[in-house]
Amino acid sequence: MDRGPAITGKSIPRIDGPLKVRGQAKYAAEYEVPDLLHAAIVSASIAKGRVISIDSADAKSFPGVVAVLTHQNRPWFWPFSFLYKDPAGPPGQPFRPLYNDRVHFSGQPVALVVGDTYEAARDAAALVRVSYHREQHSTDLAAEVSRAYKSPRRRLGLAPTPQPTGDADRAFSEAPVKVEATYTTAAENHHPMELFATTVEWGDKTVTVYDKTQSPKSVEIFLKVAFRLFRRKVRVVSSFVGGAFGLGLRPQQSVFLAVLAAKALKRSIRLVIPRDQMFALGYRANSIQTVSLGADKNGHLLAVRHRAIAATSRNEDAQDPMLNFSASLYRCHNVKLAYELAKLDTVSPCDMRAPGAATGMFALECAMDELAYATNVDPLVLRLANYTERDQSENRPFSSKALRECYAQGAERFGWAKRSHAPRSMRKGKELVGWGMATGVWEAAMSPVPARAKVRLLADGRFEVTSSITDIGTGTYTILTQIAADALEASIERVVVKLGDSALPFNPIQGGSWTAATSGSAVQAACNKLKKKILSRAKQAGIVGNGQSTELLSPAALADLLRLSDHDNLSATATIINFPFGKKYTGATHSAVFAEVRIDEELAVVRVTRLVCAVAAGRILNPATARSQIIGASVMGIGKALYEDAATDHNLGRCMAHSFADYHIPSNADVYEIEVLFAEETDDKVSPIGVKGVGEIGSVAVAPAIANAIFHATGQRIRDLPITIDRLARSRD
Amino acid sequence: MRRFEYLRVASINQAIERLSDEPGAKLLAGGTNLVDLMKYDVATPTTIIDINDLPLREISETSDGGLRIGALATNSDVAFHPVVENRYPLLASAILAGASAQLRNVATVAGNLLQRTRCSYFYDVMTPCNKRTPGTGCPARNGLNRNHAILGASQDCVATHPSDMCVALAAIGTMIIVQGPNGARSISLADFHRLPGDTPEQDTTLQNNEIILGIELTPAPEFQRYSYLKIRDRLSYAFALVSAAALLTIDDGVISTAHVALGGVAHKPWRDTAAEVVLVGRPASRGNFDQFASMLLLRSDALSENGFKIELARRTVVRALEQAASRTPQSQSDKHIH
Repeated sequence: MDRGPAITGKSIPRIDGPLKVRGQAKYAAEYEVPDLLHAAIVSASIAKGRVISIDSADAKSFPGVVAVLTHQNRPWFWPFSFLYKDPAGPPGQPFRPLYNDRVHFSGQPVALVVGDTYEAARDAAALVRVSYHREQHSTDLAAEVSRAYKSPRRRLGLAPTPQPTGDADRAFSEAPVKVEATYTTAAENHHPMELFATTVEWGDKTVTVYDKTQSPKSVEIFLKVAFRLFRRKVRVVSSFVGGAFGLGLRPQQSVFLAVLAAKALKRSIRLVIPRDQMFALGYRANSIQTVSLGADKNGHLLAVRHRAIAATSRNEDAQDPMLNFSASLYRCHNVKLAYELAKLDTVSPCDMRAPGAATGMFALECAMDELAYATNVDPLVLRLANYTERDQSENRPFSSKALRECYAQGAERFGWAKRSHAPRSMRKGKELVGWGMATGVWEAAMSPVPARAKVRLLADGRFEVTSSITDIGTGTYTILTQIAADALEASIERVVVKLGDSALPFNPIQGGSWTAATSGSAVQAACNKLKKKILSRAKQAGIVGNGQSTELLSPAALADLLRLSDHDNLSATATIINFPFGKKYTGATHSAVFAEVRIDEELAVVRVTRLVCAVAAGRILNPATARSQIIGASVMGIGKALYEDAATDHNLGRCMAHSFADYHIPSNADVYEIEVLFAEETDDKVSPIGVKGVGEIGSVAVAPAIANAIFHATGQRIRDLPITIDRLARSRD
Repeated sequence: MRRFEYLRVASINQAIERLSDEPGAKLLAGGTNLVDLMKYDVATPTTIIDINDLPLREISETSDGGLRIGALATNSDVAFHPVVENRYPLLASAILAGASAQLRNVATVAGNLLQRTRCSYFYDVMTPCNKRTPGTGCPARNGLNRNHAILGASQDCVATHPSDMCVALAAIGTMIIVQGPNGARSISLADFHRLPGDTPEQDTTLQNNEIILGIELTPAPEFQRYSYLKIRDRLSYAFALVSAAALLTIDDGVISTAHVALGGVAHKPWRDTAAEVVLVGRPASRGNFDQFASMLLLRSDALSENGFKIELARRTVVRALEQAASRTPQSQSDKHIH
């Protein structure tokens, strides 16, 4: 493995930082396009039924309005739902806005108003009157438990829920110590800061789509097929994405409607989805889970049973790896898992940061804490007692696993040894103090789809790296610059990285924490190839220098080379096909999170005063951006634990959160100290560059660590997220 | 948003005239609430009368030792005014417990008095709401109501008043000075906001063609003890689940005056002067605070999800009184509750 002269591994400030703070980084809604029209969505007020009529007369006569599109007057599109599939979509029929008169969920687009200005479109949208035939809806997961089912079809690329091993039922019934409890998690919305938006520049030969997406390539293919744009060149640009968290993995309603309108009117169109309508784009499935743990008196696991029922829509079986880690995180020979879905009249749930794991591990890690108290074993000691070096669900070793080091370093940093085990045994002033911990795990995989990268020597001696991968705010521009700089023995100033454009070399969706490993390996391979080419061309041209590659790649030597050679050919493209991991190893990132909460004993006001996150994620390319990933994910974890709840009025079948006033995420005041440690982990198997990815792992263990800390502080075991003041009060009184 | 006319007025009379002529006209001050409501189509004024040029920003002491605050003084102007900081620290504290620095820099005193409920049904024009569209019903009553009223609600409306500032004003004792076509009048804060009854669309007793000129705070006693304690779903930037404003005067351990108002619990800032009498002449002890808080909440009534607010309100009142009595008022920057 070539580790280069180590610009990677350094905390290089974000390459795109200056552009962003100067407002020069352009986002999807900011591109200036001539003769642009603006669109606004009219959304459904009912959860299920049919649109009987749409009265758009007032809207149409509103000054500046160009058209009102509905299912009745939209341009023709394919009736076959399979033509609307995308790589991140689950089994089922993808939702198609304005397809017909059916209403599938409250907030569904039922009309699109297009006007000369944003204001005209928005204001006229309020004048569209829609009448409905209502049908009986169900949006309450608890009411649908009896109709839960195992999905007969598995989502593409999703590893199956592990098969049972041993006899978990018997082992549980015979276990000396038993813990069994039901946990629930609320529906959550992603809410990246940047609103979902699409600007379509419609031309006779070319359609350029500036879109907020995590995958310009899959949006391009989707649009070509769905809207039969084969005769036009379609280019999807997402140079900068202001966060996405999984909501941008699939082609969103915004790009569908914007292109639909552009095609209908043969005009350039912009559609921005306002914050209130963002609640209807997708959500992290709410869940009801039961975990049963059987153990001996010392806490060694004898049986693990984990059943999860997660929400899905009527039209699709949304799935994520909710239970995929429940069989492999701890050593246990009797495991039985059941991952089920229940259909609701909502938009399809979709991946949200650490999809599945953040939900499933909340229940498992709280149950482990309950076991710690049932056996009177320290929660950290309990986890070490059940530590496993092998992935027992696949019966193979991990490519690397420095979880033990995470436990040790995290505990040391946190001061865990000073914890007194008994609940309610620590306090300060009027506040109860609680210390809790949890383990996190996420798959470390390269994308199953190949990734390409191209690197080119520019006339001025700089190198241009291109890839269609997006940077969703994680620091992809920066780490790819570092990788290229190391491979080409150049300073970072001499590397120009261009991303987020479907016209650039193919990359899969940015998700699953695989971008750094996959796209990074492709960039490194391309750079190595170019380096070889340059060195051989230099030799041919008689440029010798001192014979060192560093000198031959220096600006002076390259200037000579460019003079003597045709520089157009000085480029290289590489394709990375899923690293030959085979079935020999399991790749996984791990974390140990330690949380301190302080809770006013009478008022039940919770403060998360300290978090220590120790993470083992292979090679860390940039400690600064990696740390930011873990901190951001931890803040989301605080939100999941204490605040976030896309609350639905089941009488109306409608999510009643419409803004950040209704949907609480942590404010600055809610975030105290967050410390991040990276445990040393060398892994030459997981990816060519030894990288595992850090996007998801930070989100997994924070919520259970906080819930366990709340138990330690109060003696109250709250098994429902978010842990709000009313839940604490009810459990107390 | 609906189209509207915009009129910037140069005199109070011009504003009143326009209000009288055009029932759909609305006054614009800081706009932090009205503009939001317009964007959501909840407010659909035909004309916006911008009153920001009117000379209503002054904060001045009155001859009897009170304080007069102009309608257009911003929340920040008030919170950081030396006289407010020195003599009405409860008011400063309550203001700083609300919103964000950015909002407080433009939101005005009059706008704060007139801000509308944050009930999510009221804000969503695709749902019924008696306050927004009289006669359509109240889905909160049998829906999501964990932060709705526990006192003074009606069959038609269970919304709460969202202000922090008004809770302090209620405890301090405040007159609202308003002017209409027939001249000026004063309304006590207690009579300014109203309970919903069967006309929840009316938040206040202000007439459609009246304009608020300012408020007058009653003279503050020397050495008063205070605290504003706000309990919410996160530590900042959230409306109150429950808040309590407490003002105490204590001589030799004995309470001589006690003013307590509650926020987040009713359609208006909630104060019960009859219950306060119980505290007067008694020691500033936890037992007495407990007894008072229970009395204050005697007539409370829970909906399906908000029963926890009754006990939470009781405890919040006790703690606020303890904080006031011990001269350790709640800090609005350090979120630790002492």
